[in-house]
Amino acid sequence: MIKIHNLHATVDGKAILNGLDLEVADGEVHAIMGPNGSGKSTLAQVLAGRETFEVTEGSVDWDGTDLLALPAEERARAGLFLAFQYPVEIPGVSNAYFLKAAVNAIRRHRGLPEYDAMDFLARVKTEMKAVDMKEEFLYRSVNEGFSGGEKKRNEVLQMALLEPKLAVLDETDSGLDIDALKVVAEGVNRLRSPERSMIVITHYQRLLDYIVPDKVHVLSQGRIVRSGGRELALELEEHGYGWIETQPAAPAAQGGRP
Amino acid sequence: MSTATRPIDAFLEQEYTAGFVTEMESDTVPKGLSEDIIRMISARKNEPEFMLEWRLAAYRRWLTMRPPTWAHLRFDPIDFQDIVYYSAPKSKKDGPQSLDEVDPELLRTFDKLGVPLHERARLAGVAVDAVFDSVSVATTFKKELGEHGIIFCAFSEAVHNHPELVRKYLGTVVPPGDNYYAALNSAVFSDGSFVFVPKGVKCPMELSTYFRINARDTGQFERTLIIAEEGASVSYLEGCTAPMRDENQLHAAVVELIALDDAKIKYSTVQNWYPGDKDGIGGIYNFVTKRGDCRGARSHISWTQVETGSAITWKYPSVILRGDDSVGDFHSVALSNHRQQADTGTKMIHMGRNTKSTILSKGISAGRGSNTFRGLVKVTPRAEGARNYTQCDSLLIGDRCAAHTFPTIEVRHPSARVEHEATTSRIGEDQLFYAMQRGISAEDAVSMIVNGFCREVFKELPMEFAVEAQKLLGVSLEGSVG
Repeated sequence: MIKIHNLHATVDGKAILNGLDLEVADGEVHAIMGPNGSGKSTLAQVLAGRETFEVTEGSVDWDGTDLLALPAEERARAGLFLAFQYPVEIPGVSNAYFLKAAVNAIRRHRGLPEYDAMDFLARVKTEMKAVDMKEEFLYRSVNEGFSGGEKKRNEVLQMALLEPKLAVLDETDSGLDIDALKVVAEGVNRLRSPERSMIVITHYQRLLDYIVPDKVHVLSQGRIVRSGGRELALELEEHGYGWIETQPAAPAAQGGRP
Repeated sequence: MSTATRPIDAFLEQEYTAGFVTEMESDTVPKGLSEDIIRMISARKNEPEFMLEWRLAAYRRWLTMRPPTWAHLRFDPIDFQDIVYYSAPKSKKDGPQSLDEVDPELLRTFDKLGVPLHERARLAGVAVDAVFDSVSVATTFKKELGEHGIIFCAFSEAVHNHPELVRKYLGTVVPPGDNYYAALNSAVFSDGSFVFVPKGVKCPMELSTYFRINARDTGQFERTLIIAEEGASVSYLEGCTAPMRDENQLHAAVVELIALDDAKIKYSTVQNWYPGDKDGIGGIYNFVTKRGDCRGARSHISWTQVETGSAITWKYPSVILRGDDSVGDFHSVALSNHRQQADTGTKMIHMGRNTKSTILSKGISAGRGSNTFRGLVKVTPRAEGARNYTQCDSLLIGDRCAAHTFPTIEVRHPSARVEHEATTSRIGEDQLFYAMQRGISAEDAVSMIVNGFCREVFKELPMEFAVEAQKLLGVSLEGSVG
């Protein structure tokens, strides 16, 4: 269970998050929607621990742990995964090497035996099939020269390998054609489980046709301005984000605090 | 300091692990340089007359020369009269005949440096020549190599046992008057390695020399000469370390490679001289002339260097592509951290027809380090069909370091094809964050990114040294921002 309370964050002195409240229970999938610049990606990066953002107020409680007190790599080891909107290229480092280093760092933390090369290959090949990735991507440099769709598949592959407790997907649908979108969404749906929560950040309703959320929240100017069920996304689709501004402020139902 | 560099910071402060001193009595000549000193060195080594004459001629030439000032390096002038030009561990008389005669203290020193001269050498299948200050203390696997007709020994031994080969080849690639430091080396060089691989023989194991400077105020001036006759091939590696001292010490070596028809020489260096402390106090001044001569048709000389040490590096391993269809390669990783300065690169001189060269340079600058690539690709009027490909990449870590690139291209034949590519990049905060978000520590992330940057060069190193080089890079980067 993650409880975000009154979160404020700035970058270069500019306020991006302005008192954001959100609770996601174990096993739930919450979608965060919002116009460009509303703070969606900032929320993702702040949760993952990027130091370019400064948290000025608020708290994040994650199963009793103060999430904000942990450095990025410890959050990752504790089971927080961020699927990047723009996956980063690391020239000269093979995907296989990178994935194995990541998986073993996390297995070490969980007190599990580290994979040797054979175990790892067997595991990764199975997971790659599920996201329809060719084996050659293991031996190419991390994300280097990958198409947009290949990069996103690589993110879902990593999520499957790292078995997070909380996955944050930052516009995983951006730049994908419909076929790639389906593959990615199937990959994500396969990972839904009662122990795993997900925060799916998206600009478009389209993704939610494939990843059906338990709740939908609308983010505007750094706080959640509306929460609802699946139907909220459809209303947004119909009326556009401008519609939110004209509606009477509703309490951030379920997701917010009393 | 920006938050983005903090993980790098935390990573980059590590001690130089080879900085210890071996307490040992040594046989040392007085400080300073003169004809008398040269005669003294030559006499200590019991050299034949021709060698002394060669030294004296070089010395007289040196007196007329001035140190080069074109390099992108800053340091106080060197006082050449304040240097000891010869220092040898006292226990060594005429050179031990076997490892059992080597001072155990010396064996322990090399053990400590990870270059055991006893059993492990056998396991690893690498023949080692160990040079301590001015003399070679041991050479392993001599007998086994001898069965193939291969000569691998201390240079001073070659002067005695194979004077005809020394006379025939010494100074034919780097003549004594080639440059200021080469002239100095020719006058006072003390020891080094000598390799001769006869016609048609493929050397069955890696040959390597480990250079260790120990004594205070002492310069090391070694000379290495490698000859591969027709159709022969050999892979050779050198490693270097020195104690941590507050004074700068001079290392001015000369390496000459000669490849006859169809011969191949692969020369790899992992240079880890003491780089000085983080404020730039102490460290080795490394002024080295390395040159290969592809004298025969279809010969191939390949330089691979990983340069992580020295306060100052001035070094341009080059290839003269004299034979038709000969090939020259230069693969380099040079790292400057703290106050280190490196001005390094290569010269590829195309003289024969259809000669090919490749230059792959990876410069890493961190801390307040300065890294300069200086390259010359020259295609002479006779070099029809010459081809060169140059790639020169710089990686910056932190915001107080510098990277410079000075490529020179001279083409005198219309059929030549010369390509040059260059990039400069930083270790991105985004790359670090991406890796850390996957649970990888900042230390591992930096070393992974740097190793990725260097991968094309590391894969040219003999396997076990590639592993060592990767580790060394991790060590040398410690403390590079902050």
